[in-house]
Amino acid sequence: MYNEKVMDVFKNPKNVGEIENPDGIGTVGNASCGDIMQISLKIENDVIVDAKFKTFGCAAAIATSSTATEMIKGMTIKEALEVTNKKVVECLGGLPAQKIHCSVLAEEAIKKAIDDYLAKKNA
Amino acid sequence: MERQIYFDHAATTPLCKEALEKMLPYFTEVFGNPNSQHAYGRESVKAVDEARDTIAKIINAKPNEVYFTSGGTEGDNWALRGVANAYKNKGKHIIISPIEHAAMLVTAKALEKEGFEISYMKVDEDGVVDLEHLKSIVREDTIFIGCMMANNEVGTIEPIKEIAKIAKDCGAVCFTDAVQAAGVLKIDVKELGVDLMSMSGHKIYGPKGVGALYIRNGVKVQSILTGGHQERMKRGGTTNVPAIVGFAEAFKIADRDLEKNFNYVSSLRDRFIDRVLAEVPFVKLNGPRENRLPANADFSFKFIEGESILFSLDLAGIAVSSGSACSSGSLEPSHVLLALGLPEELAHGSIRFSFGKHNTMEEVDYAVEKIKEAVQKLREMSPLFKAEGEIKYV
Repeated sequence: MYNEKVMDVFKNPKNVGEIENPDGIGTVGNASCGDIMQISLKIENDVIVDAKFKTFGCAAAIATSSTATEMIKGMTIKEALEVTNKKVVECLGGLPAQKIHCSVLAEEAIKKAIDDYLAKKNA
Repeated sequence: MERQIYFDHAATTPLCKEALEKMLPYFTEVFGNPNSQHAYGRESVKAVDEARDTIAKIINAKPNEVYFTSGGTEGDNWALRGVANAYKNKGKHIIISPIEHAAMLVTAKALEKEGFEISYMKVDEDGVVDLEHLKSIVREDTIFIGCMMANNEVGTIEPIKEIAKIAKDCGAVCFTDAVQAAGVLKIDVKELGVDLMSMSGHKIYGPKGVGALYIRNGVKVQSILTGGHQERMKRGGTTNVPAIVGFAEAFKIADRDLEKNFNYVSSLRDRFIDRVLAEVPFVKLNGPRENRLPANADFSFKFIEGESILFSLDLAGIAVSSGSACSSGSLEPSHVLLALGLPEELAHGSIRFSFGKHNTMEEVDYAVEKIKEAVQKLREMSPLFKAEGEIKYV
């Protein structure tokens, strides 16, 4: 069901953890649905200099978390907001149909973390 | 890949050599259709009759009470639908357990749409049917009471004899799905008092795609596969002679070695359960500690999700299955674990380990070490672990 790329990323995920005193943090999903994704960001001058994740979920959720955080590192927040679930899935070489919702979580977690950053910034 | 360990015997088992050897001539040399009148046909009839005798003897039934099927799903479908249709003029009330296989649950849902009324037994937190509750929901128009002999996911062994008594007292047909139990537990259909019982070949080192339904003489069951004269007009479809021969041989061997295998596989399971409970923090054993299938150990690992555990173990060469929604392709976690009252989060984090006669104690010990590593790694990734771990669940 999963391709080799997905299994590789699942086996050795990058950016696992939580940034201390993050500039932005977003958690989406809930345990009863079987998926929770948390993304924390370190942002300097509106550029994402570091991103980490913690995920409760299936292999696809973990692989998309790793890939999404890899993709947004070095991006401006404007660029990161344009990272769609489709791009994350493409980067992984595709996901089984019933796993697409996992990639949506990654997109939502990034948006939520950036919203959190913007809210703090404008506070 | 380091090594391969198979702990998924409740899903399927490898075909035993004896069954394979017995089957081989029936693919090529003895290929006649048992429905044919000539010598080729008669030779195949002989093989099927022998297989029927073998199975009847093991379960203490008469040979003409054993009907070959394509496996557990067909047996379950046939029993439920066949009885519902045969007795619908007597009543339209059906009672089943909430932890049945999907072959039963989905068929029951379909019958509900056709005008039947379905009630569900209550099970306790170990999955054991509440007999007092069952007695309270039977009615005059109850025509079918069905409960599996042993649950495929959590291994709970059900009080079938008592359930059959309740069914008899209210005049309902009693069915049991013995797919996980046949060849593992000693079964005597007369002593149990069941009217129908489904069995499967591939769970007991027999071939896939074959099983049997025991139908006690005198019980009416309408056919679901119509159009052939096979199985005494009750089940159309060309007889799968090699599979039937292999099934009977595997069943014979399982019955011959039943006590030996029961004790050996139980010893693997007990060591596994003891070690996991002692060495992996925040786990819950699902199903009873005693009174469960010898091969079954089912755990929920808190803070992590079952499918990711399954693939972590798969990467370590250990094959298991999961009750998580993600591995089943649905959005709901295991209906069995939810019926046992588990919160959804724990139901999502469940893994079933099912042992077999070829597994070793050394494999059990190796797997426990790999499980500890996999669970630790996934927990370090989980936002739930840090948030509530040590504090909430001491």
